[in-house]
Amino acid sequence: MTTDKTKLTSILPGKDVTRRGFLKGAAATAGVAIGSGAITGFPTIWAQNIKNVTLRQFGTGVSNINAVAEKVKEDLGFTLQMTALDSDAVAQRAVTQPNSFDIADIEYWICKKVFPAGTLQPMDTTKIKNYDKISPLFITGKLTPDSKIAQGTAPNTVGFVEGPDSTDFASAPTQWMTLIPTIYNADTLGIRPDLINRPVNSWADLLSPDFKGKASILNIPAIGIMDAAMVSEAMGEITYGDKGNMTKDEIDQTIALMIKAKRDGQFRAFWKSFDESVNLMSSGEVVIQSMWSPAVAAVRSKGIECKYQPLKEGYRAWGGGIGLAKHLSGLELEAAYEYINWYLSGWVGAYLNRQGYYSAAPETAKKFMTADEWGYWMEGKPAQSDILSPEGKVMEKAGAVRDGGSYEERMGHVACWNSVMDENKHMVRKWNEFIAA
Amino acid sequence: MSASNSKRGSYFLITPMALVFAIFLVIPLLTIVVVSFWDYDEYRILPDFILENYSYLLGSSVTWQIYLNTFKYAALTWVFTLGIGFTVAYFLAFHVRSLTWQIILFMVCTIPFWTSNIIRMISWIPFLGRNGLLNQALMGTGIIHEPLEFLLFSDFAVVLADVHLYTLFMVVPIFNSMMRIDRSLIEAARDNGASAWATLRHVILPLSKPGIAIGSIFVITVVMGDFITVRLMSGGQSASVGLQISNEIGLLQYPAAAASAVVLLITVLLIVTALLRLVDIRKEL
Repeated sequence: MTTDKTKLTSILPGKDVTRRGFLKGAAATAGVAIGSGAITGFPTIWAQNIKNVTLRQFGTGVSNINAVAEKVKEDLGFTLQMTALDSDAVAQRAVTQPNSFDIADIEYWICKKVFPAGTLQPMDTTKIKNYDKISPLFITGKLTPDSKIAQGTAPNTVGFVEGPDSTDFASAPTQWMTLIPTIYNADTLGIRPDLINRPVNSWADLLSPDFKGKASILNIPAIGIMDAAMVSEAMGEITYGDKGNMTKDEIDQTIALMIKAKRDGQFRAFWKSFDESVNLMSSGEVVIQSMWSPAVAAVRSKGIECKYQPLKEGYRAWGGGIGLAKHLSGLELEAAYEYINWYLSGWVGAYLNRQGYYSAAPETAKKFMTADEWGYWMEGKPAQSDILSPEGKVMEKAGAVRDGGSYEERMGHVACWNSVMDENKHMVRKWNEFIAA
Repeated sequence: MSASNSKRGSYFLITPMALVFAIFLVIPLLTIVVVSFWDYDEYRILPDFILENYSYLLGSSVTWQIYLNTFKYAALTWVFTLGIGFTVAYFLAFHVRSLTWQIILFMVCTIPFWTSNIIRMISWIPFLGRNGLLNQALMGTGIIHEPLEFLLFSDFAVVLADVHLYTLFMVVPIFNSMMRIDRSLIEAARDNGASAWATLRHVILPLSKPGIAIGSIFVITVVMGDFITVRLMSGGQSASVGLQISNEIGLLQYPAAAASAVVLLITVLLIVTALLRLVDIRKEL
């Protein structure tokens, strides 16, 4: 934590602070408190005022969980307003409407484009209590000292900037962090083991003739192209410099390969929404496809076998984090730090872990989970009793083992992170050709 | 009342309608045209005057493919809705004698429309699927041994859903035209020795033309702009112009979407103009 002096100066009335009416009151009160020499009484006043703060957070649906807002009100006393948007709209809003939010919940690949626009401010890591508990994936990019940094927009590459006012990403960790990780996971292919009578162990299996007319890929260009690249590389057809930032030529080759597969009748359908992927899989229209972890859980909850198959080439990972709006200052900024510290303190982490995602500071989440839950979700151990979702629904029966195994086993085998390419426009156009072909 | 006064009166009377059109049609359309010349990057649209949106759109083979595909859907849907719509309307207008029954049967035609478009469309999916009702029934009766894959997520499925959704748009105006046909004309045809077929061909069909034209305009414009049927029924594997626009909006490429919309609008207007040339709706109403 910084000294009380910085805290006090930051709370004095200024042009940023007067942005909203109630803040004027808050700042004036603080001013009076300082003026009357009641500096020792400051924390009490601050604690009362913070209840009037409303922080507006927006982001994608996955981590905009109402239960979190309710718990914030309960534990911290202030109001957190959540708005859920799709990832494109999130990016647009973060850049073009900087005053419409206080906290942005964005993905790391979006951060790469958004942070340089200057609408967010970096966080002072010295004010983050559990900074040292954050998974090294987000600090150094290496889960274990000897792991390799994956391709694509690895979170550590956009996780820090050079200084408090800088928008240049730092190559090594600094005191100024762009996003505090909230939620992340490793994605792979989902399969129907009851309809597939052979082992599946490579991304190349998506285009295997064995599954002709029974495969699907997700039709969201930025993510779909990455899955396509994992497949092309696994087939030995194309070698990429960086799958997360392909050259025009690499994009053209990848799309050509996918168009050929489409014309040969490899795909049954393409999906765009979560529900579509669940329906394709549970109806048996598709037996192998790109999938998201909660979709696999949704198919299984219908009593249909579905496996989130680990593949030898590794996972395609994604992650999001919360960042602070540039305009935050004074009491609101303090509240935002308070929120971030609370976020990393374990309750949310346990909640997210129980959904099958991973949390930023796994160690702190452990205290909020039972040994059995921790064993199942994080250590790849067989469940001792039924595993429940945060809402109390049975997700897995006793004896089940998580597909892909432990945290280290899954997050340690990330081949590529979701990213945005320099040739994005070209990629989207080529992707449209694939869909129209 | 003087002539100029009555003229002023008519202007006054059309003002509300003109205002509604100006605010809800003309201004938004002009905005779309203006935006179609703007530039954009990943997250923003940038006011500018560039022709790149159009030059890419018109120069890309994808566009031509998509238009070809959309025309194919529109043409097939038109043929089938016309065939079915004309037959149904003919039956209602000439075979059902009592007005009460005509009204009852006409209402029966509209019953499916009490549910939403999307629901009617999605209902086809479990029916046509690989393990769907139809395939199970066919395999159960031993007619086929392997499930028919072309039934779902194919052009067949798209056209089927379109025909199912839009046939009523054809039935209503044709039925309306047929009901206006003076029955004595048909009697006269019969008295003059015309066969049922000749009556249909030379009396009923020409007199139903305005209804056919109006129905065709409905069906073609709706199918040309459709995106959700194509997306759901083709399993995302086919593209239509509407779907392309929807994708561009999803990727925040508003100027590109606007350019596509302008080109589509011009295309559809040309089709409608051609139809109106063939049939003078005003004269025959």
